[in-house]
Amino acid sequence: MTTRRHTLIGGGALAVGLLLRPALARATPETMAAAVAAFTKGLQVKPGKVAIDIPPLVENGNSVPLTVSVDSPMTELDHVNAIAVFAEKNPLPNVVTFALTPRSGKAVVSTRIRLGDSQILLVIAQLSDGSFWSQKAELIVTLPACVEVL
Amino acid sequence: MKRALVIAALGFSLAAGLAVAASDPRRSGFDFMSRETQAMQKDDFSNPGMLWVQDGADLFKARTGTSGKACADCHAEPSMKGVAARYPAFNAKTSRPIDLQGRINQCRLDRQGAPELPLEGHDLLALTAYVAQQSRGLPVSPATDPRLEPFRRQGEALYKKKLGQLNFSCADCHDANAGRRLAGAPIPEAHPTGYPLYRLEWQALGSLQKRMRGCMSGVRAEPYGYGAPEFVAIELYLMSRASGMPMETPGVRP
Amino acid sequence: MARALINVPATAKKGEAVEIKVLIQHPMETGFRTGPDGKLVPRDIIQRFSCTYDGQEVFAAELHPAVAANPFFAFFTLATASGPLIFKWTDNAGKEESQSADIAVT
Repeated sequence: MTTRRHTLIGGGALAVGLLLRPALARATPETMAAAVAAFTKGLQVKPGKVAIDIPPLVENGNSVPLTVSVDSPMTELDHVNAIAVFAEKNPLPNVVTFALTPRSGKAVVSTRIRLGDSQILLVIAQLSDGSFWSQKAELIVTLPACVEVL
Repeated sequence: MKRALVIAALGFSLAAGLAVAASDPRRSGFDFMSRETQAMQKDDFSNPGMLWVQDGADLFKARTGTSGKACADCHAEPSMKGVAARYPAFNAKTSRPIDLQGRINQCRLDRQGAPELPLEGHDLLALTAYVAQQSRGLPVSPATDPRLEPFRRQGEALYKKKLGQLNFSCADCHDANAGRRLAGAPIPEAHPTGYPLYRLEWQALGSLQKRMRGCMSGVRAEPYGYGAPEFVAIELYLMSRASGMPMETPGVRP
Repeated sequence: MARALINVPATAKKGEAVEIKVLIQHPMETGFRTGPDGKLVPRDIIQRFSCTYDGQEVFAAELHPAVAANPFFAFFTLATASGPLIFKWTDNAGKEESQSADIAVT
């Protein structure tokens, strides 16, 4: 009895969700690659130096806490210039880009982002020597059960 | 350029604030959330609901209406402490229960000579959040006026009444299946301790009535209108059910 | 709608990396959502945010619609001198808002 009811609630909520969530355009592999290339100017991106702290299971894609840290002494000679965040399955691949300076002291930045679906998040950091470093995080977005009308 | 209005850290510890007696089986929606969403609520500089509280603090001091009076001209700030924890209260004028939003609007009409603020509008939510935030950490203490009793019973009956095309009552989910999951999300026990609260789904602050309207749409029922007596009756029942649990306004929920 | 909650430590030691937290009231309307009338709600987002302190822009962010409503940023800056930190943000219509907060460096 309870099991059937449980299934029914789930089904109902899913149906409501399908009705109310408009079908959105998504970033394509091409637009994603173009967005990354615009940031890196087509230069090589090496894996490493970047750490992503984000909940692997997202409660609501409307506001996902994200912290990025880059392994850097943040000195005049060796620091992070920029950190760019990309989402492959959002309507637009660009999420946010941060500009840092030696006066940042620490290459640690937090924000909250929107994720339209379960996907891989890509973060690329540009260091003062011109090199690019990256990290990826795979995320599962669980929509809230009772999706609401705008 | 405006000076930053830096709200002093209130030295509020939610971990302590939420510690109802260990034997109390009731759990706030807070306990069902992820560590990250809990952290968002706990830090006043991270809790988006505090943006509304800040606006409410300004509105509370703003002179308005034909009286030219501000809320603060009558209510010194500490006097609002504990008020939200006692609402809905009995309104002698209408012989009905009135919730905090309703009381703020009644005060505007009767004392300030100002028009009522639209229900669920930014300003009324901000004022309500500002008043309710002053009860944060205090136990829900339902009004004891015996004239409220029939309305509380009405609220309980509505809570248990099956509604909508899916034919579910509030109790079918929030009592019988609390702690289980609906799709991916945990079903909380429906204790309204954090309202008005910032819901990530709304990307804004909203009232308990907004939350209930969302639930009613979910079971494909026609939601009651904002301010409907049915909603005030359910609020009354839910607050009595949450008696003794700490207030959390402004809460954050997924 | 120019509200922000800004947390800057009141005092800091020279050379210390201090954490700054900023929460700005803004809907960050993506331009991809439809309203009750079935029409797209026009995009309304903050596009750029910056923090200027002791004569230099020490932090900036370029925002896209995927930044959550009521944008939140936490970042660090080295305490160099007593004075204001000036926070500025500009929306996609070109409207600029700003707030400042003081720090005393010893």
